[in-house]
Amino acid sequence: MSAPTAMNPVEPLLRSERMPHIWCPGCGIGTTVNCFARALERSKLPLDRVALVSGIGCTGRVAGYVHLDSFHTTHGRAIPFATGLKLARPEMTVVVYSGDGDLIAIGGNHFIHAARRNVDLKVICVNNFIYGMTGGQVAPTTPLGATATTAPYGAFERPFNLPFLAESSGAVYVARWTAYHVQHIAHAMAEALQKKGFCFIEILAPCPTLYQRRNRLGDGLETMRYYKQHSVIRNGASTRDLDLGFQSEITVGKFVDIERPTLQQTMEAAYRQALQQRYAGWRA
Amino acid sequence: MTADPKTVLTGPHFMDGNHAACEGAIAAGANFAAGYPITPSTEIVERFAMRAPLVGATFLQMEDELASSIAILGAAWGGAKAFTVTSGPGFSLMMEHIGYAAMTETPSVFVNVQRGGPSTGLPTLPAQGDMMQARWGSHGDYEIIALSPSSPQECFDLMVDAFNFAEQYRNPVIVLMDESVGHMTEKVVIPAASQIELFPHRYTRRAAADYLPFQPWPDGIPEFARAGDGYRFHVTGLTHNEHGYPAINAPQQQELVGRLVGKIRNHAEAIARAEECRLEDAQIVLVAYGITSRVALRAMQMAREERIPAGLLRPIVVWPFPEKRIRELAARARAFIVVEMNYGQMVREVERAAAGRCKTILMPHAGGAVHRPEAILDIIREAAQ
Repeated sequence: MSAPTAMNPVEPLLRSERMPHIWCPGCGIGTTVNCFARALERSKLPLDRVALVSGIGCTGRVAGYVHLDSFHTTHGRAIPFATGLKLARPEMTVVVYSGDGDLIAIGGNHFIHAARRNVDLKVICVNNFIYGMTGGQVAPTTPLGATATTAPYGAFERPFNLPFLAESSGAVYVARWTAYHVQHIAHAMAEALQKKGFCFIEILAPCPTLYQRRNRLGDGLETMRYYKQHSVIRNGASTRDLDLGFQSEITVGKFVDIERPTLQQTMEAAYRQALQQRYAGWRA
Repeated sequence: MTADPKTVLTGPHFMDGNHAACEGAIAAGANFAAGYPITPSTEIVERFAMRAPLVGATFLQMEDELASSIAILGAAWGGAKAFTVTSGPGFSLMMEHIGYAAMTETPSVFVNVQRGGPSTGLPTLPAQGDMMQARWGSHGDYEIIALSPSSPQECFDLMVDAFNFAEQYRNPVIVLMDESVGHMTEKVVIPAASQIELFPHRYTRRAAADYLPFQPWPDGIPEFARAGDGYRFHVTGLTHNEHGYPAINAPQQQELVGRLVGKIRNHAEAIARAEECRLEDAQIVLVAYGITSRVALRAMQMAREERIPAGLLRPIVVWPFPEKRIRELAARARAFIVVEMNYGQMVREVERAAAGRCKTILMPHAGGAVHRPEAILDIIREAAQ
C-alpha cells in the first residue's frame, strides 16, 4: 500500500525531472532556491514572464533547476546577458542568480555598472566565501585568515563588503541574510521581485565540502547553528559597517530600499526630451 | 519578408564603410546593439546610437567588450536582432561569447573592423590579421560564417546578408571589415525596402508541451523560441541534449558538436560567395579579399596589359572557405598568388585546397598600408615565367 502523497508546493517551479541536483549535502544553495520558489509563488508574477540568468559555478547551476526561461551563461557575465534580455523584453522580470566568485570577482565590473545604471534586475548572490565548483579556491569574499586551496596559509586580502559595494554603486534595494533565515530570504526575494530597479540580496550559505571542512568549522548543520547564534538583525544599518571577519558576528537585514529611475526610464526620458515626436520607442 | 520602409534610408548616399555597415544592420532589422568604443570601428555604433531611438531600436554602450558581446546574446534570446562592433583587442575579448553563441545557437552578428596587431598594434591603420582568429578564436570545435566586404556598398549589403545567415543557420556571423574599407567614402546605393529580403526568426509554431529547444530539423537547425512566450526553456553553454539540459558525456558531445559543425559544413556550397574576374583563361590566379582585392585587381589589369593571363578570385564569404572553387582552379592554373594584409593566413587554406596541384605563392603585408600594385605585378611576372 502506498502512502498518500502531497505535492510539494514549490514543485511546479522546479524542473523535477532533473533531480537529484548536483549540490552536496549541507550546501546552502538548494535552501535558497526553495526560498526563491516560495517568493515567486507569493509574488503572483506570471511565470511565463520571469527569466532567470546564472553565470558559472555551483550557484550558476540554479538556472538549470528552475522551470522558467533560464539561461546558464558564461563565467561572470550573467549580468550583461540579463541586461540585454531585459532591454529586449522589458515586460519580463529578470532575475540573476549566481555565486560570489562569479558575480563579484570575474563579474565585478558588470555588477557595479549594472547597479550604477539601475538596470531593472533582481540579483541574488549566494556567498559561500569560496569557489566551490573548482575545488575551494580563495575568493574576493573569503574572510581574512580563512584558508582555501589557493590560500593554504590563510587569506591575506581584504574581502569585499558586498552590501556596501552594491549600495555605493547605486543599488536601490540591498539586503543580506544567511541560509538559516529562510523566512527572511523568501520575504526579501518577494520584495525585490515587486520592486523596480537593481535589487541585490546577499545570502551567506555553507559550503561544507570545501569551506567549512578545510577551516574545521563542522558540517552544514553546525554552520546553521553558527548563523543562528552569531547573526544580528539590524534593518537599516549603514552598509559601511557590514564587513565580515572569520567566524565574526554577521549583521543581517534590509539595509537599502529607495526609489531611483531605472535605466529604461532614464533612457526613454532622455530620448523623449531630445526627440519628442520623433522618438520611436522600443519596437520588439 | 522584406525590410521595414520606415527604417531604410533608400537612395544614393556618399558614406564610408562604417556608416554603411550601420545602415545595413538597420535595414536588416537590427533593433539592438551593444558596443564599447574602439578605433577604427566606433563610427558604426556612434551612428547606431543616433539612429536607434528613431527606428525603434536600443543601443547600450557597455563597460567592456565582454559585456557587449553577451548583452547582444541576451537581447537575441529576447527576440531582438542584435549585433556588436569592435576592432583589434576588443575582438580578442569577444572570443568567449562567439563560442557561447555557437554552442547555444544564438543568431548574432559580430563586426570586426580589422586594424594592425598584435596587441594595441596600429589602432588607426588597416590589417587583415584576424582572419584565422575569426575562424578559430574561441576554444573548442565550432563553425563560423564570416563575410569580407571590399567597399562601403558591400559593407551595407553584407550586413544584411550577415543577419540573414545568422537567422537561417542560428549561428554567430562575423563581418570582417578592415580599417580601409571602414573609413573609405564612396557612393552607396541603399535599395528600396521592398528589395531587401530578410530571413525571419525561425520561431517555432509548436505548443510549449511539444517543443524541444534543441531538437534539430532535418537541415540540422532547431526552431527558435524567445524568452517570455511561455516555452520556459533552458539554455546552457555546457554540452546539452535536445531539452537544452546539460549532458556531460562523450556520446552527447559527439551528437551536439557533430550537428553544430555539420549544419554549416553541409551547407557550405549554399553559403559560398565569391567574385571572379578573368578566370576563364587565367593561368595566374590572384586570391584576395577585402581592401586587398582592390589592389590585386589593379595588378591583374596591369598583368593583362602585358598579356599575362592573370585572373582574380575574391572570396566574399571567407568562412566557410571556398575550397571547392580553389580545387577546380588548381586543376588548370599554374599558380595561386594569395595577396593578404597579414603574414600568411588564408594562404594556408588555398594551399590546402590546391593540394599540390599547382603552386601557391604568398604575397604578405604586415599591415598599416595596402600592397603596391607594382609589387604584386612583379610577383605575377615571376610566376608567369
